[in-house]
Amino acid sequence: MSRKAVSGSELAARLRERDVSVAPAVLNLLEDASRRDEAQDLLVALGPGALGGEAPGHIVGVTGPPGVGKSTLLGALVAAWRGAGRTVAVLAVDPSSKRSGGALLGDRIRIAGPGVGGPGRFIRSMAARERVGGLAPATRAAAQVLAVAFDVVVVETVGVGQSETEVAELADTVVVVVQPGAGDALQFLKAGLMEVPDLLVVAKADVGAAAQTTLGEAQAALHLLGADDTAALAVSALPPGAGITELAQALDDHRARIDTGARRLATRRAGALADFISEYGAQGLRAVGGRRSAERILVAQSPALDGHTLVEILAAQAQTS
Amino acid sequence: MSGERAPHRLAAPDAAWLMRTYAGHSTAQASNELYRKNLASGQTGLSVAFDLPTQIGYDPGDPLARGEVGKVGVPIAHLGDMRALFDGIDLAQMNTSMTINATAAWLLALYIAVAEERAIAPEVLQGTTQNDILKEFLARGTYAFPPAPSLRLTADMVAYTVEHVPRWNPVNICSYHLQEAGATPVQEIAFALANATAVLDAVRERVAEERVGAVFGRISFFVNAGVRFVEEHAKLRALALLWEELGRERYGVTEAGLLRLRYGVQVNSLGLTESQPENNIQRIVLETLAVTLGRDARARAVQLPAWNEALGLPRQWDQQWSLRIQQVLAYETDLLEYPDIFEGSTVMKGLVDELVEGAREELARIEQRGGAVQAVPYMKAALVESNRARLRRIESGEQVVVGVNRYTETAPSPLTADGEGAFLTVDPAHEQAQIDALERWRAERDADAVDEALSELARVARSNENIMPATLAAARAGVTTGEWAGTLRDVFGSYRAPTGVADAPAVRGYAEIEQLREDVERASEQLGRRLKLLVGKPGLDGHSNGAEQIALYARDAGIEVVYEGIRLTPEQIAASALEEGVHVVGLSILSGSHMALVPEVVGALRHAGVQAPLVVGGIIPTGDVAELLAAGVAAVYGPRDYELGGIVRDIVALAVAAARP
Repeated sequence: MSRKAVSGSELAARLRERDVSVAPAVLNLLEDASRRDEAQDLLVALGPGALGGEAPGHIVGVTGPPGVGKSTLLGALVAAWRGAGRTVAVLAVDPSSKRSGGALLGDRIRIAGPGVGGPGRFIRSMAARERVGGLAPATRAAAQVLAVAFDVVVVETVGVGQSETEVAELADTVVVVVQPGAGDALQFLKAGLMEVPDLLVVAKADVGAAAQTTLGEAQAALHLLGADDTAALAVSALPPGAGITELAQALDDHRARIDTGARRLATRRAGALADFISEYGAQGLRAVGGRRSAERILVAQSPALDGHTLVEILAAQAQTS
Repeated sequence: MSGERAPHRLAAPDAAWLMRTYAGHSTAQASNELYRKNLASGQTGLSVAFDLPTQIGYDPGDPLARGEVGKVGVPIAHLGDMRALFDGIDLAQMNTSMTINATAAWLLALYIAVAEERAIAPEVLQGTTQNDILKEFLARGTYAFPPAPSLRLTADMVAYTVEHVPRWNPVNICSYHLQEAGATPVQEIAFALANATAVLDAVRERVAEERVGAVFGRISFFVNAGVRFVEEHAKLRALALLWEELGRERYGVTEAGLLRLRYGVQVNSLGLTESQPENNIQRIVLETLAVTLGRDARARAVQLPAWNEALGLPRQWDQQWSLRIQQVLAYETDLLEYPDIFEGSTVMKGLVDELVEGAREELARIEQRGGAVQAVPYMKAALVESNRARLRRIESGEQVVVGVNRYTETAPSPLTADGEGAFLTVDPAHEQAQIDALERWRAERDADAVDEALSELARVARSNENIMPATLAAARAGVTTGEWAGTLRDVFGSYRAPTGVADAPAVRGYAEIEQLREDVERASEQLGRRLKLLVGKPGLDGHSNGAEQIALYARDAGIEVVYEGIRLTPEQIAASALEEGVHVVGLSILSGSHMALVPEVVGALRHAGVQAPLVVGGIIPTGDVAELLAAGVAAVYGPRDYELGGIVRDIVALAVAAARP
């Protein structure tokens, strides 16, 4: 720590060379309030304008209620990706205490499994600052810049009903994980309280019949909502494991199907709005004429602009009005 | 009056309970020598302490076993070691208790195989395998497989011994470790009964209906007794009542002999102190009264900790002192001459009723969650919470601990004057010797027979057949402990138990925490981001109390805490520290392996390029502190440092100092 930290522009250059070993330093920088300028250099240097296109990595959002086995499932998925030679970064977002700001971050070992991953597998636990399922600005920024160097970037959050909206604001593919007998989550889906994910996974398929029943209910609910594009899968992460290869394939299929450029543009704009609100609050939002007006301002900007620059544009607008 | 017996006297004094000492260290040969000496001192049974690699199923030489071989018990890697351990001891006469859980089926198989070689039939073998896996997930940490296959191994063993080793207690349900993890008397009773129910339910599916009563009669308990010895005695009477009720109502057992609670005991170690350790003798004596005073709930077997357990591993003389306590109580006092002295006592009845009622409520909560297996996270979190409350009472002075938070002045103690020699140190050279001996064993055995035995074991593990015959065959073929467990790990998968801290509520209205929060806020501003701490448990040691309490306290003080539970390699800890970008790394080690593990973690951290300061806590003798500091550790905390607030304050200061250019 007493050593001189690597600068934001140096980190950007190394990420562009797909040097994944700088991931810890990148996260330390993005979380550091005293190094905002450097963090901005990093984001701008890795924006679509500077890169000449979108970051190549696949950004996957994984969310679901607590205790459904997301981390264990993710562990099996990460192992499968690593087995196929892909580099993977996981940002595990944990709820933190509103009162003290403290947090207990304990999921990484379930994701990491036995052994040491080496630089091709990076796992960082991050506290959710404002509320359960909420994403800190640093998480959004980290997902964007890590996608420059890593083949896959996973953002894992806890919750149902809101968290998938937040995750949708940064991911190319959103996966909602439920467990057998998960009546609540499916009710949320049917009632429209939860956005339709790109993939719905029933974890703990090793429990057998209950998992198949839940899978059937999920498929019926998705059909009812007209979401026939959303695949539903039952997966078991316990040895010998089942459905992991299929899940990895389904994620690839989704990525191939979507227009990544358009989706990234939308997520960049949505993310910029969220970051703007988290920094300038409701007052800032009123100053730009409300949410709709802010969205119109963002849509009018060049698609090549990075998220940070978009926030600055909104801030400038708020000041002049 | 002659010829007519007074109702307040027994016609003849009762026989004394089995007297044991929990013992084993270094090698099978060294432990055998110790057992023979203990038996010569009047000990009437044996209690085998295995080292952590044996308990969790790794051979000497395995990376996870580094620094742990022969430390907290004896290493038993194969049939040859088991032969040496019981050399010259008559297994037909001996009553042997083995503290073994995840690998219980394997160690029992080795014991049976040694007996076979001496032409002793399994039918005459007497003893106990602890084999209570659920409490390993809750408190002790030496599990090896996930809960479902673990319970299946337990059920297989019970089904096997009931038919073939009928005098053996295959399962010793432990409330002992629950109390060590902080359980209240009510939690101790309820959680132990819930765990016993889970085992019995699993066995019921694997034995004929008419054998259920016999199975019930073979389940024994291993309890704890704290220094509040009146209430502790009531706890045992309450447990006996509820056990009988469980047998009658849930399992339809009717025979009185099968319904009787049978228990052994090791009295409380949690309350033993490092400061003024001589006071521990009084504590041990009073705790022993808790399990012997009333005849209706008296222990069948007693083993006592040593006065200096909080300092390091006890020497033979320390253990002898504890044995003498038992002998004075049994042979000098009049304790064994009377019927139950609490008969008719309204105080005792009132206490028992209170505990029974509390335990029933707690049992209902566990039942609501679907039984003990499903309720492991609930029970673990409840234990962490109880221990947190206990530490807070001690820290605030509400709970008096003589010599620790009251009456701390002391004259110099001649008992600890010689420092270095006041406890046992295991020569680290034993580990390499064990690795070499294992190589020779592997070279000399019939490799084909081993392969065949292991593939049969794997087949049986995948099937629904009883695991014991294949395990016995493997024992005879010369398979090693690591090979047996490794084969099962491949089939069953590995598992990490819940840490119990994730959902613990934040403490409120606690002045010291409020102050610390301000310190953490200020430090976080200086650091640029929130202060982040990694709490790591390297090695195989499963005693996680200290790590859990530090993690919770630090979180409540506003720190981001990465805590991943037990059993991490130095390389895993270094990778976590690097990837998580922590400001300080804290290690907790209670197995006595700190001198081997800490330098390894320091090396791994430096290799990974992590500059964060490292602090270490655990059962660290003061004599080791200087060497650890020289090895690059920033601060060392022992059992004497019971104020968590002070430790967390140090961590905050270290983080800030390290960030200064």
